[in-house]
Amino acid sequence: MRSIYLNVAILFILVACSDSEGGFGSGSLGTDGYQGSGFGQNDITSSTFFKENVGDHVLFKVDKYTLNEVAKTALDIQANWLIENPGFVIIVEGHADERGTREYNLALGFRRAQSVQEYLVARGVSGLRLKTRSYGKERPVEICSVERCYSKNRRAVTILASGSS
Amino acid sequence: MRLIWCGLLTLCVWLDTAIAQNAPLRIKITQGVIEPLKFAVPAFEAENLGAKKIAAEISRVVAADLTSSGLFREIPSSRFIAQRKTFEEPVRFPDWRAVNAQALVTAAVTTNGSGKLTVKFRIFDIFSGVQLGQGMQLSGSTQAVRRMAHKVSDQVYERIIGEGPYFDSRIVFVSESGPKDKRLKRLAIMDFDGENMQFLTGNDNIVLAPRISSDGKKVLYTSWETGFPQIYLLDVETGRRKRVNTPGDGVAFSPRFAPDNKRIVFSYERRGNIDIYLMELSSLRSARLTSSPFIDTAPSFSPDGRQIVFESDRSGNQQLYILPVTGGTPKRISFGKGRYGTPVWSPRGDLIAFTKQSNGRFGIGVMRIDGTKERLLSASFLDEGPTWSPNGRVIMFSRQTRGPSGAPSIYSVDITGRNLRPLNLRAPASDPSWGSVLP
Repeated sequence: MRSIYLNVAILFILVACSDSEGGFGSGSLGTDGYQGSGFGQNDITSSTFFKENVGDHVLFKVDKYTLNEVAKTALDIQANWLIENPGFVIIVEGHADERGTREYNLALGFRRAQSVQEYLVARGVSGLRLKTRSYGKERPVEICSVERCYSKNRRAVTILASGSS
Repeated sequence: MRLIWCGLLTLCVWLDTAIAQNAPLRIKITQGVIEPLKFAVPAFEAENLGAKKIAAEISRVVAADLTSSGLFREIPSSRFIAQRKTFEEPVRFPDWRAVNAQALVTAAVTTNGSGKLTVKFRIFDIFSGVQLGQGMQLSGSTQAVRRMAHKVSDQVYERIIGEGPYFDSRIVFVSESGPKDKRLKRLAIMDFDGENMQFLTGNDNIVLAPRISSDGKKVLYTSWETGFPQIYLLDVETGRRKRVNTPGDGVAFSPRFAPDNKRIVFSYERRGNIDIYLMELSSLRSARLTSSPFIDTAPSFSPDGRQIVFESDRSGNQQLYILPVTGGTPKRISFGKGRYGTPVWSPRGDLIAFTKQSNGRFGIGVMRIDGTKERLLSASFLDEGPTWSPNGRVIMFSRQTRGPSGAPSIYSVDITGRNLRPLNLRAPASDPSWGSVLP
């Protein structure tokens, strides 16, 4: 167990250094994620650990839902952790920035969530554990109206809930 | 005497002894420039003491309604020469010509002990020196003074402009509060001028894009009540709502009524693909109208119910398409520079309103149903989501300001692009859906 997470941690550092847009890091997400089972932050099997250390989201370019290399690397790490922690059901939540019409952005959020779901399944996470949903542009994490904020709002977030798969 | 409406408000046309002319006063439109018609509304006469406040209110609302259309300009009462004392006294046309009035509306208001409100009114063409059409009489309840005023305004507007009414109508919209990243949203309904606002839902779930039925009784909208977006059907009268069961395990959103209110169209997401479906509400029988691997969304019916217009990114970005409800190949109608979304078919059938994105700005525009004669009516940081007035003459939409404190408000604009104005609302508001004229 420990050695696997040491690897995760090393990957994390490598990716974090290679690209600041890696989709890691913490910061509170506006979405109300479900808490796993009340374990502390240092419990590497907790949803808090997943969110804060493994990384729970990936980012997208303007009007795109394809995963870039940074996002794929981040999802590889997510997938490994999710496979190791089968007690969680997973909702992948797609979001868009405010620069789009409401319905289209809702659709775009679904596509982003779907891209992540498909990738996680391809990396071995059971599709039975996964659901997607979209919030369109309704739940930004950053509220300014410039690209610095938009880039963080164009995201797909992996939300964990405890439950049987 | 001819009875036109029954119900809350009744309208009667009575035979007047005055000479009536039937040719309406027309607004002059020269090379796209509209000169608003100057009108005078002297305070309506109260025929009994109890009607005094109501008469004053009705005349104020009528003047405000007509002015809000952008097609009329009110002459302030301080400039009046003629001082009218009773409804029946003859109109002194020279006095009104002297203050450049083109039209004059006179009225008398009566109330009785059982809460009945009656308004008699006449419209005069000042330059021709004649009464315009027959005098009219409306009866209703003292509980619905503003509605009575809107009905009077509608009659004046129809007679003078020669277009259908729209003042006595209601709008469903989303009332917003709270910070941008934790916005609370709830459905609400209001009169066309923003008055009489009432909430229709609580604010514990995100709700968006409400669409009112053509009879004004039902509202379709999308809510995250279950944690996932779903279509709901709300009864305006009772406030009761129910989830609309859509087929299969996909997610339905962006619903809209057919003109018959028996069928709906909506977007349906399954495995990341978004197509358009048609469904009969009573049987829940559905039909898939598009099957492209692209985003097909924001469908809207033609007023005859035979076609839909929707947006799709099948060409590479958002464009508008028209499709018969019997299926077939969608025909692209938007070809200008930029992206086109949220199309809405006009109630007259001749125009499509849309949101256009180009050069980093969002605007509301209209085009003919064959895609020609595109015109942009507004542009800002973020304008979106047009809805048509019942007579197809005015468009409302949401305009959101930029930045961390950015919030939406509802604007209206004439289809000529003139008279862009915000509705005077107390709280941020978005996603208006304009219902038809009330019976």
